[in-house]
Amino acid sequence: MKNIVNTLLLLVVFSVESFAQEKGSVFIQNATLITITDGIIQNGDVLIIDGVITGIGTDLNVPLGVKVVNASGKYVMPGIIDAHSHLNTVSTNEARNPVTAEVTMEESINPNSVSIYRAIAGGVTSIHLMHGSANVIGGQGETLKLRYGVSQDEMRFVDAKRTIKFALGENPTRVHGQGNGIQPRTRMGVEQIIRSHFDEALDYRARREAYLETKKVYEGNRRGRRVPPVPVAKNLRYDVLNDIIDGEILVHCHSYRADEILMLMRVFNDYGIKNYTFQHANEAFKVAPEIAKNGAYTSVFADWWAYKFEVYYSTAYNATILNENGVTNSINSDSNELIRHLNHEAAKTVRYGKTSEADALKMITINPAMQLGIDKMVGSLEIGKHGDIAIWNGHPLSIYSKVQQTYIDGKKYFDLFTDPADMRIAVDSDDFYREWGFNTFIQGREEDACMSDVFELIQQ
Amino acid sequence: MKSKKWKVVLALLLIGSLTVQAQITDKPNFGKIAIVDATIHTVTEGTIQNGVIRLDGEKIEYVGTDRSNISDEYYIIQASGKHVYPGFMDSGTSLGLVEVSAVAVTVDNREIGNMNSNMLAFTAFNPNSVSIPVTRVSGVTHVITAPQGGLVSGQAALMDLWGYSPDSMAIDVTAGMVLNWPSIRSRGRGARNLEQAEKRYKETIKNLNKWLDNARFYQQMMSEYEADASGKVKPEKNQQLQSMRELVEGKTPLIIAVSSEKDILNAIEWASHEDNISLNIVFAGVEEGWRVAEQIAKAGIPCLVSTLYTPIRPYDHIHRPYENPSVLMKAGVKVAIMTGEVENVRNLPFNAGYAAAYGMGTVEAIKAVTINPAEIFGVSNLLGSLEEGKQANLFISSGDPFEPLSQIEHVFIKGYQIPMDSRHTQLFEEFLDRDATQE
Repeated sequence: MKNIVNTLLLLVVFSVESFAQEKGSVFIQNATLITITDGIIQNGDVLIIDGVITGIGTDLNVPLGVKVVNASGKYVMPGIIDAHSHLNTVSTNEARNPVTAEVTMEESINPNSVSIYRAIAGGVTSIHLMHGSANVIGGQGETLKLRYGVSQDEMRFVDAKRTIKFALGENPTRVHGQGNGIQPRTRMGVEQIIRSHFDEALDYRARREAYLETKKVYEGNRRGRRVPPVPVAKNLRYDVLNDIIDGEILVHCHSYRADEILMLMRVFNDYGIKNYTFQHANEAFKVAPEIAKNGAYTSVFADWWAYKFEVYYSTAYNATILNENGVTNSINSDSNELIRHLNHEAAKTVRYGKTSEADALKMITINPAMQLGIDKMVGSLEIGKHGDIAIWNGHPLSIYSKVQQTYIDGKKYFDLFTDPADMRIAVDSDDFYREWGFNTFIQGREEDACMSDVFELIQQ
Repeated sequence: MKSKKWKVVLALLLIGSLTVQAQITDKPNFGKIAIVDATIHTVTEGTIQNGVIRLDGEKIEYVGTDRSNISDEYYIIQASGKHVYPGFMDSGTSLGLVEVSAVAVTVDNREIGNMNSNMLAFTAFNPNSVSIPVTRVSGVTHVITAPQGGLVSGQAALMDLWGYSPDSMAIDVTAGMVLNWPSIRSRGRGARNLEQAEKRYKETIKNLNKWLDNARFYQQMMSEYEADASGKVKPEKNQQLQSMRELVEGKTPLIIAVSSEKDILNAIEWASHEDNISLNIVFAGVEEGWRVAEQIAKAGIPCLVSTLYTPIRPYDHIHRPYENPSVLMKAGVKVAIMTGEVENVRNLPFNAGYAAAYGMGTVEAIKAVTINPAEIFGVSNLLGSLEEGKQANLFISSGDPFEPLSQIEHVFIKGYQIPMDSRHTQLFEEFLDRDATQE
């Protein structure tokens, strides 16, 4: 028996070791470097050794034994980071309760989805894989590096901050109030769901800690005390809520209307919660000064609006207004199509409101990195940061520019010229479904992708 | 905050508020207008450097380089360093038919019924849709707005985007009949197996053919009666068949929404049948057109396509959606670019930009949003290029209009220099410096 246990332990140790993430070395020469945090360097070189940027500048010495890429006439910028994606979820929504803080995207990653490859072909290197927006407090997110062709575990962004999805407004009120006849059916209900659960979580913690303390005393001193304490069972949901209150989990809150954004900031101030991001936030521009004052972040669409009522009074100038008011904003996709050209989604902030090109590029690199707590590791070309970069054949904000190569940790995952057309890892029986039956003319949209599968689920 | 910049913005706001007053949109400029020193992209007659365009009311009066006929009556727009293009036309939208797609009572593009040939998008077109100003300030001046649903959805309308009534905005009330090609579907909500699916498909095609046969008969009967009513009983009027008279004559295009390779081939076979030769058929969607481009070209069927969607099959190359228009064009198909959008028709230039960047080239991609759709919908005498005598539909851009970094500075629709504001710009002006007070 003992031997079996030992063997199992060895297996566990072995498999943990096999998760080691592959790193590469490369020297990229003579490119226009868009550093994001330190301007643009003409005729610049970038050296990546074992997955880490070790040199940036002009006329760097060509190192021995490292592959050299001549990028003359090309642009190099840090990999794009998408702070809002459902790119390769297995499931997106656990929609059966207004609060499901205990569920997580951690085990809901499909590493074989060809969507991953399509995203890196657009220069994206990291995504925030999110739970959907069916619940006021939804599941925890997982920040991924888009290493295509590896296991679930190898896709994880090690040392990224933990995150969780909240959702306000139409989605949770439709799913629970209108769909199931339980609170919340209104924005009033949404606030109370959050407050009551935080209160319950704090009470639980006090009771649980008191119990554990008493239990310790009881177990340590059996003679002194005869009656064992009444157990307070461990509650994963409340544990997660307490981690939010303690600042260990970053909240990313699906929200649209200005009033609900203000509501959440009031609630969070009452519970001392800081460092959170409003996702979508189509009406954030209306309360930009308040968001800036609270130090909250926003992550918005470049131009989606009017597909549902809570985005009817919104504007494509949202990002510019937020940026001008000092809010750290990112542009996200929430779409497997938009993620293919987040560079142009960022460029739209120049068209709508004349945001500077430098700030537009920050919105898809360093700003989302800050929102995910990974800005010390990625989001700009800096010595010591990860070698997550893309090489473009022209300025990334031009419609005519294409990604030619994408590197993650110095390892090449996309090459426009040498990759075959068919980049599937696994063949799915559904692959052949699309040969028939999807005749479309006008597509439009009715939902954000956050609501994927919810209503099908409820109708079943 | 950057105080100088704010003061400039405030000053502009104050000037704006003095002229705008109580109405949502400012009044347009109209009359004799001359645009000078511009690079003029005529589309049909090349590019003119340091060019002049004179407008007189709704028409283009002159395009060239001669400045001598610009009298004092002309309002002059100095456009040196700027580019002038014909207004862009989106060949596939539901603009004006849908206000907020998730709010069912604001959705007017989908009638109940399977054979809705008599439904007119024109009737449901809301000229005050908030999405219209948002669209036109991007240089998109015309749209095909189309109904959806059923086998035959109804008739799409060709609308311009300036005006207060559908009547004043319609270029063509019956621009095209929308047919959603029946797919042999053996998965999803369709039949249980391929055999059953094929059986259903054949039944649908039979119904479709019968529907057209009835219309042809009705057209013949009515024409004969109209030519000479003497001694004949007046035929009963049937709205559905009445609405198809121009369709069976080939005057109204039949827009077939068709996407997959097999469906496209079936639709070509159907279109090539002798009974259907007289129809004026246009394909829309056509996402897998690149697989069968030669066959589409041989059938002489123009295609309305977009570019911003994900590859159809998981094993398709990542750039297939972007390359589809150029593959079709190079095979000899007449291509127009569309968005398939409602509230974001303003992204038409970016759809076309992708086509340009992936094989089509900028010049041809410009045609795909100007003269090509004008020709496909039979209005090239009026729209689609900058030529003397055509309607004055144009915009002035700071650069290549496909580039998101370019600014669209002025837009003219049938001679009206439209105010460059929309809900989006109005909210920007109000909220950029929200708490500012008047100085």
